Amino acid sequence: MRGVGILGAVSSPPSLEVSGLAFAYPDGHQALFGVDLRIERGERVALLGPNGAGKTTLVLHLNGVHRAGAGEVRVGGLEVTREHVQEIRRRVGIVFQDPDDQLFMPTVGDDVAFGPANFGVTEPELSQRVSDALDAVGMADLADRSPMHLSGGQRRRVALATVLACDPEILVLDEPSTHLDPVARRELAEVLLGLDRTMLMVTHDLPYALQLCPRSVVIDGGVVVADAPTWDILADPDLLAAHRLELPFGFAL
Amino acid sequence: MAAGHAHPLYRAGDSAVHRLPAHVKIVVAFVFVLAVVATPREAFAVFGCHLLLLAGVWVVARIPPGWLATRALIEAPFVVLAVLLPFFAAGPRVEWWGMSLSVDGLLAGWNILVKGTLGVLVSVTLAATTPLRDLVSGLSRLRVPAMVCVIATLMLRYLEVIVAEARRMRLARVSRGHDPRFVWQLGATVRSVGALFLRSYERGERVHLAMLSRGYTGTMPAFTTAPASTATWSVALLPAAAAVVCAASGYWVR
Repeated sequence: MRGVGILGAVSSPPSLEVSGLAFAYPDGHQALFGVDLRIERGERVALLGPNGAGKTTLVLHLNGVHRAGAGEVRVGGLEVTREHVQEIRRRVGIVFQDPDDQLFMPTVGDDVAFGPANFGVTEPELSQRVSDALDAVGMADLADRSPMHLSGGQRRRVALATVLACDPEILVLDEPSTHLDPVARRELAEVLLGLDRTMLMVTHDLPYALQLCPRSVVIDGGVVVADAPTWDILADPDLLAAHRLELPFGFAL
Repeated sequence: MAAGHAHPLYRAGDSAVHRLPAHVKIVVAFVFVLAVVATPREAFAVFGCHLLLLAGVWVVARIPPGWLATRALIEAPFVVLAVLLPFFAAGPRVEWWGMSLSVDGLLAGWNILVKGTLGVLVSVTLAATTPLRDLVSGLSRLRVPAMVCVIATLMLRYLEVIVAEARRMRLARVSRGHDPRFVWQLGATVRSVGALFLRSYERGERVHLAMLSRGYTGTMPAFTTAPASTATWSVALLPAAAAVVCAASGYWVR
């Protein structure tokens, strides 16, 4: 239930609230051991951690692909349950690591329309959503193109548009900077900074986390091991070393 | 969003044929092919009528015959059978340039050749005037099961991805000195086909996840194909109707 009481107007629920989340895969492998995380509306948070730390498992809990073994996840105050799964998926926009996985329709325009159409948006609003989302990522003139004929940076931005068109409460980006050349990387950062949306960014790219996210959460071994301003985390060499994180050569804070 | 997905058989244009809704064109092409197949093989003139009708469509669609001919070559392997039939079929025979040919075989070969060629030409004409994406939405408009349309849509998109992946794998093999010239050196190629299958399977799972994440529940959102008006239908069906009349006259004349 949403907090729409007398106090409803005063305090909006946090965009994301994860409490005591634990999860084991069917094969018995325990991936998460009680994760707590709260992201307020409008925050941009980086989710850091070594491979196998449980980052992706956590992300797949946010939109109900995995169901919590224990604990709960709330998105904009709505609990992730079987009944709400469609609304949850609208609220949580995941941009996957490989745009080729995300862009499965014959044209860019069709692909951007896929999400909102599934969530019940109909013409003429649908076309408006598509052009707005493509505008927001600077790809408005490519609606008729096949994703196959786009550059890596363009594909990444179109993948972002496919999610923006659903008007999500929180954007979840999985390794947004992989396979991008430096210019495309900077252009994507500019697009992301201009969006003014709640954002959770899973990444190994620590300078990118610093550039985009004021706050970082480190997850390792299925628990949150640090939650602090990104600068403070990256300036703590012992913390980084303990969790297989490392600034690239030549970087120091 | 008419531009859609370019493919080698598509010839961009803005003719009346190009502008017809895809589902109308599919029905017309289907009826036309049925009429061709139903034409009795001895009704030689009728096949000429079919070709004339088709040529009329090409004129309207502004497709040069040479362009069509090169793409119709896909038929070549099937023609071989048609050419062999007159030599090997049984029944009464005729002498022609010193060769003994079977009358039945000649007719059977002609039957395959003419119907195959006309069928291929109809298909190429449809493909030349309709982007793939519209073909799929046309099929879904014609109530082809949603799952078939979903599979066709995804195939359109991922065929290129998989081909690109196969090319990269081949490059990686060749770069390490692989040069399969003999059958016993094919092992590495065969194994990479297996690897490609696994990779494609894994990609399939990731794509499904991405679809679920954007609210996919098993049905593709309706494609934006408007229903065709009765006027459009009746004009578009004219060549198909003419072909049906031609085919019927074939029986009557015989």
